[in-house]
Amino acid sequence: MTATATPTTPITPTTPTTRRIAGTKHKKRRRTASEWIVLTLSIAGALLVIAPMLLLLINAFKSPAEYANSNPLELPHALSFDGIKTFWNGHNFPRALWNSIFISGMVAILAVILSVLNSFAIGIGRVKGRTWLVLVFLMANLVPQEMLFDPLFKLYDKLGLLSNSWSVIITFTVIQSAFGTYLLSSLLGTFPKEILEAAAVDGASRLRSLRSVIVPILRPTLSVLMVFFFIWTWNEFLLPLAFLNTSDSLTVPLVLQQLNGERQTDTTTLIAGTLISIIPTIIFFLFFQRTLTRGITAGAVK
Amino acid sequence: MSSLTRTKRPSKRPAEAARIPERGRKKLGYWLYFIPGGFLVSVVIFYPIVRNLRLSLYHWRGGRAAEHFTGLDNWFALFHDSAFLQSFTNIALVVIAMVVVPTLLGLVIAAALFDVVGRRFGGKVSSLLRATYYLPQILPIAVAGVMFSWILKPNRDGVLNQFLTAITGHAVTVNWLGGQYSTAIASTMVLMIWIQLGYPVVIFMAALQRVEPELYEASELDGANWFQRFRAITLPQIRPEVFVVALTTTIAALKVFGPIFILTMGGPSKSTYVPSFYAYQEFIKGPDKGYAATIASAITIVVFVVAVIFIKVQTRSERKDA
Repeated sequence: MTATATPTTPITPTTPTTRRIAGTKHKKRRRTASEWIVLTLSIAGALLVIAPMLLLLINAFKSPAEYANSNPLELPHALSFDGIKTFWNGHNFPRALWNSIFISGMVAILAVILSVLNSFAIGIGRVKGRTWLVLVFLMANLVPQEMLFDPLFKLYDKLGLLSNSWSVIITFTVIQSAFGTYLLSSLLGTFPKEILEAAAVDGASRLRSLRSVIVPILRPTLSVLMVFFFIWTWNEFLLPLAFLNTSDSLTVPLVLQQLNGERQTDTTTLIAGTLISIIPTIIFFLFFQRTLTRGITAGAVK
Repeated sequence: MSSLTRTKRPSKRPAEAARIPERGRKKLGYWLYFIPGGFLVSVVIFYPIVRNLRLSLYHWRGGRAAEHFTGLDNWFALFHDSAFLQSFTNIALVVIAMVVVPTLLGLVIAAALFDVVGRRFGGKVSSLLRATYYLPQILPIAVAGVMFSWILKPNRDGVLNQFLTAITGHAVTVNWLGGQYSTAIASTMVLMIWIQLGYPVVIFMAALQRVEPELYEASELDGANWFQRFRAITLPQIRPEVFVVALTTTIAALKVFGPIFILTMGGPSKSTYVPSFYAYQEFIKGPDKGYAATIASAITIVVFVVAVIFIKVQTRSERKDA
């Protein structure tokens, strides 16, 4: 046992392992008991965070009868797919999945394009009053959504866009591009001038410099933005709830909310539905884990 | 010209050249690039803002009913409306759950993961744990909310109640969400902490990578313990990130809607209302859309003021550092 281990924390469940593993190999010094405690606590915290999802996983595969008679903390005795089947068939989940993918995908693309156009004029063009312009676009992010919901509801009603994916796509293209404009403007403000000059010498027009010089160089940042816009839009709740009302226009969160609101919903169906609604997010998360963590930090400090 | 001198140029000079050099061409052409963005932001954001600000000066039942101009009546009524005042009291609790607790806990967890787990047990372990803490951030709030309301079901059906029954030995049948204010608001606060925690953890861990290891080594030589080091070196170094986290989460807290809508619907008896939810309810069910517009406008103003204050404080402290 290491020298520092004994005085700080005499008895912990990890001490035996400390002795064994700390003895094997480490670069500089042995891992102390307090370090093992920090690790144990971090893991315990992480388990607490995913505990609700684990509970879902345990219970989603119980039959309604088994669920009613068992403790939710127990593992299922037999795998039953009743809940999942009822949810999948009864609520047209594939349709909701497609709606969510279509809406979030379109927003991700359109909002990035919009952000690039706005920030090109602000960061490269350095138009007058650009600090204020950034603030104007940023308003889209500051305004609470219930400020938008009634006027936009009437507007989309007039345009015949209610219960149409495009009402949500248009709205969130604007809302998400606020963050994109803000981030890209500050990035483009320090874009290497030599590259722009070289393009101008070669006779490239503004639009051409933007398309074939700036956008390719920004591509890593733009892909981070796209991933973010996709997830943010996927998770949106209030405005889609207001604009999408017919059953085949609903998104994944809305279907789940509807299921939750129905009184006759069987608990196993609800659990199965929740689990299925989480799966696309988890798949997406696993795919883009690195992009995501890189992206959040890109937004934090320019 | 080196890039250093360029970035130091004061950015507020009135007639600055565009960054693409062009002889004889006006910068005016750049405004063309604002056409799509400007049009959309006017329609989707500023039209509703103007409309609601105007509507806040009227009584209006909605639909085809006539609007009655009332001046500032709605605004005065707002300050005597106990439901509205209660909803702002709840915002203070929401700020604790979405800003204060996640930021403080996030600092501790980020430091533990970066300093101890990452350095002593390997980067893979720490990034796996970081990903786990972050996971709730990307779950749709509707999904997270439904999950929590399943766990918190009243009577014997609830997962939490069954769990507590198993532990304590006698039947626990607390109606967490519908019973009384204290358990209802506490439950929503737990959900909010659960959702928010991963965000500061990820940002602070990235910030810690910027802190120069030499500083740590120097302090270690001086015999500083972990906590002294954390206070004297780590915290000041990652202050910009703490600011960003505080700003973004405070704004999110002021606008909070989803957790309340899904968990409590503002109940029991309107006690867990937050301003956003109140405005929404009034727009949908209330007798006076003018009043609903007033609530929504009030939140917008508060959010805007808070954002401006934050940014001012931030630039001032940055200037002091420079």
